[in-house]
Amino acid sequence: MDYFIHLALICGIFIILSVSLNLINGFAGQFSLGHAGFWAIGAYTGAAYSVFFAPPLPGFINLFISCLIGGTFASLSGLIIGIPCLRLRGDYLAIATLGFGEIIRLIIVNLDVVGGPRGFTNIPKLSNIFWVYGWAFLTILFVANLMRGSHGRAIISIREDEIAAESLGINTFKYKLLAFVIGSGFAGVAGALFAHSEQFIHPHNFSFLWSVIILLMIILGGLGSISGAVVGAIILTLLPEMLRFMGETVAQWRMVIYSLLLIVLMLIKPTGIFGKHEIFGRRKKA
Amino acid sequence: MSENTLFLFYDFLQYLVNGLSQGSIYALIALGYTMVYGILKLINFAHGEFYMIGSFTGYFLIRSGMPIYFALPLAMLIPGLVAVVVELVAYRPIRHAGKIPALITALGVSFFFQFFGQGIIGADPKPYPSVFPNKTFDFAGAVSVTATQLIIMGSTIFLMFFLWWFVKFTKIGKAMRALSYSREASELMGIDTNKIISFTFFLGASLAGFAGVMVGAYYNSVEPMMGLIPGLKAFIAAVLGGIGIIPGAFLGGILLGVIENLVVGFWISTYRDVVAFAILILILLIKPTGLLGKKSKEKV
Amino acid sequence: MSAVLNIKNLTMRFGGLTAVDSLDLSVSNLELIGLIGPNGAGKTTVFNMISGIYIPSEGEIIFDGNNINEDRAYEVSQKGIGRTFQNIRLFKDLTVLENVVLATHQHVQYSMVGSVLRTKGFKTEEKSLRSKALDLLKIFNLEDKKNLISKNLPYGDQRKLEIARALATDPKLLLLDEPAAGMNPKETKLLCNLIREVRDRFKIAILLIEHDMGLVMDVCERIYVLDYGKLIATGDPSQIQNNPKVIEAYLGTPGE
Repeated sequence: MDYFIHLALICGIFIILSVSLNLINGFAGQFSLGHAGFWAIGAYTGAAYSVFFAPPLPGFINLFISCLIGGTFASLSGLIIGIPCLRLRGDYLAIATLGFGEIIRLIIVNLDVVGGPRGFTNIPKLSNIFWVYGWAFLTILFVANLMRGSHGRAIISIREDEIAAESLGINTFKYKLLAFVIGSGFAGVAGALFAHSEQFIHPHNFSFLWSVIILLMIILGGLGSISGAVVGAIILTLLPEMLRFMGETVAQWRMVIYSLLLIVLMLIKPTGIFGKHEIFGRRKKA
Repeated sequence: MSENTLFLFYDFLQYLVNGLSQGSIYALIALGYTMVYGILKLINFAHGEFYMIGSFTGYFLIRSGMPIYFALPLAMLIPGLVAVVVELVAYRPIRHAGKIPALITALGVSFFFQFFGQGIIGADPKPYPSVFPNKTFDFAGAVSVTATQLIIMGSTIFLMFFLWWFVKFTKIGKAMRALSYSREASELMGIDTNKIISFTFFLGASLAGFAGVMVGAYYNSVEPMMGLIPGLKAFIAAVLGGIGIIPGAFLGGILLGVIENLVVGFWISTYRDVVAFAILILILLIKPTGLLGKKSKEKV
Repeated sequence: MSAVLNIKNLTMRFGGLTAVDSLDLSVSNLELIGLIGPNGAGKTTVFNMISGIYIPSEGEIIFDGNNINEDRAYEVSQKGIGRTFQNIRLFKDLTVLENVVLATHQHVQYSMVGSVLRTKGFKTEEKSLRSKALDLLKIFNLEDKKNLISKNLPYGDQRKLEIARALATDPKLLLLDEPAAGMNPKETKLLCNLIREVRDRFKIAILLIEHDMGLVMDVCERIYVLDYGKLIATGDPSQIQNNPKVIEAYLGTPGE
């Protein structure tokens, strides 16, 4: 039973991560390869609060505060990193965000106060289904509502045609940054939730590999679709578990399967399962 | 000069030599990145894996008794062929789709080789057989250079000049340069662009394979994930020098190698990788076309 | 009438190439002005400088009394200049209506918070944005195509949609870059009337680049002629038609 609850928690956390990355990569069309870095910042700052600073309040209040702290630090980092990086073009932006993601991880490795290379232990188990899925729901609602309004349309226009968008009075840099900051903020919340679920976090957990896995989730689901991000997260959280049932050896080849999946998707169905469409509601139709 | 300063200077020289040696490796790998980017505007993330494949090819061949002068060319040939196949199967079909899909595919290919390698060879590091004589040369008690280091630096310089000659004077080299200016124009001029692209992949991967064997010889150990970090570093080197520019790969590689070793020697060694990535960020922000790059304006 | 757009000594150099050389040009409110010249004369470069895509090498662009040389494209749009593009830059995968609604963004009053919380103010304003967009589409006869994906529209309709979209930004000056390109004579004639209607209804000034001389002579009140980046003639249609320099620029000297 515990196993299934834990799986569900991880699934919910990845839903938040994929929906938030989708805002940046899918809707704004800005290719970020450093999402795990913001996840890490949220996890470590949230955990640091719980372990070093938290007053003796009921668990769920501390968790909430921890999430707010994680989210805030992550979005501030998103602002600091986004301002220089979002001026860069497509593939250069990808590399720059990759670079920052790694820098964040490497700095954490060098921070002994949060465990450094040994990891951060003894984080209280505060996350539960209610709070993780509560935040997941909030993330989805926030992004969905944002995208249905004019600010969301402005964000999409960047992806569609940046020059045309600018000619219509849209400050594309501001909206790129907005998407980036919001996306990184929610990744930070996911980090805090993750820390209080696993109780032990290590820089390993937030490596470039994980940025790629989250990316795979949204590409599989459909870049530019919230439903796609959710479905992608669910599939790629459950898949390794299902593989494990097929035997230890198959499970070891999980990453090989993922990489082949990435290649095959790009060759055959780069738009993913949902493309730019959603499950619910009309696609912003008239 | 006091004795302390002298020793400090000797230390500096030593780290410099190590840096030149390490930098040569980066330069060799960076060449492949830069050549492919020059003609396809593709960041081939999987390039580090060609280096790894070359290293392992050398490992298996030398261990089975093959002498180095057979094993080394084969260790260059195999990754070259693998690269050609990868380009044909994974990159060519989506060439029209844009830079980001290509980047994603390259990520997929990279991880595929890393984890596939891990799956069949095992993740633990393997001891590399001794390839070069175990000699060390001492210069006035100040600096010591191993035979392997000398071979690495020497061969890098040689390969650099060879490549310069090749790109400047041979037909294929000229075709490569033409492609880097404009693929369409090259096609109109009757150049078989697909062949040239395949060849460029082959060439870049062979150089990486060569570097792989050198690294195995230098550090005496290899493992399937060994391509990831040097791959990223070589990419940083290529960007630093000017992506798409061959001398840039050389300059960037050497610079990065030297800076890294100076950080290890005179600052905090665990910051070595952070500094490398910081250099990447700085170059992208200040001069994204790299040290040797030119600024180009796009017409709308 | 005070000039809405006043350009003095405008020059654009790309390295060794002078694309536009010392151009003087002015557009007053409610005027319909044409900018013509052979291919490569620098016309779109002039538009790109006005609309903020390039910063001029020399000279001044004064709009509504303000120097907009260094303004970025979105700032120029917010100050009241709308434009269409030579190569049509519609949001191809969005619908006709979505294209126009998007263009209303700079005037939207509700904040992001209102959007996320879906306040009453948000909902009311969204409704009015939509109806404003629909009104525009009606003028351009595109209303019944409002849910079509814009890349599936016939070419002529795409050009009209781009104009409608630019109008949704509430500009004071509209820059049209080859609005009739690819249109047949019947469509071009309708476009002439449409352009005049737009000027009359929205009370704006229009500066257009065009190769179709029929449209230019029919619609434009004044014309500037560029050749190799330099202004070679300016005047009303009849003056331009009979100007030997203009004829030479387009057709070459007699006996060539």
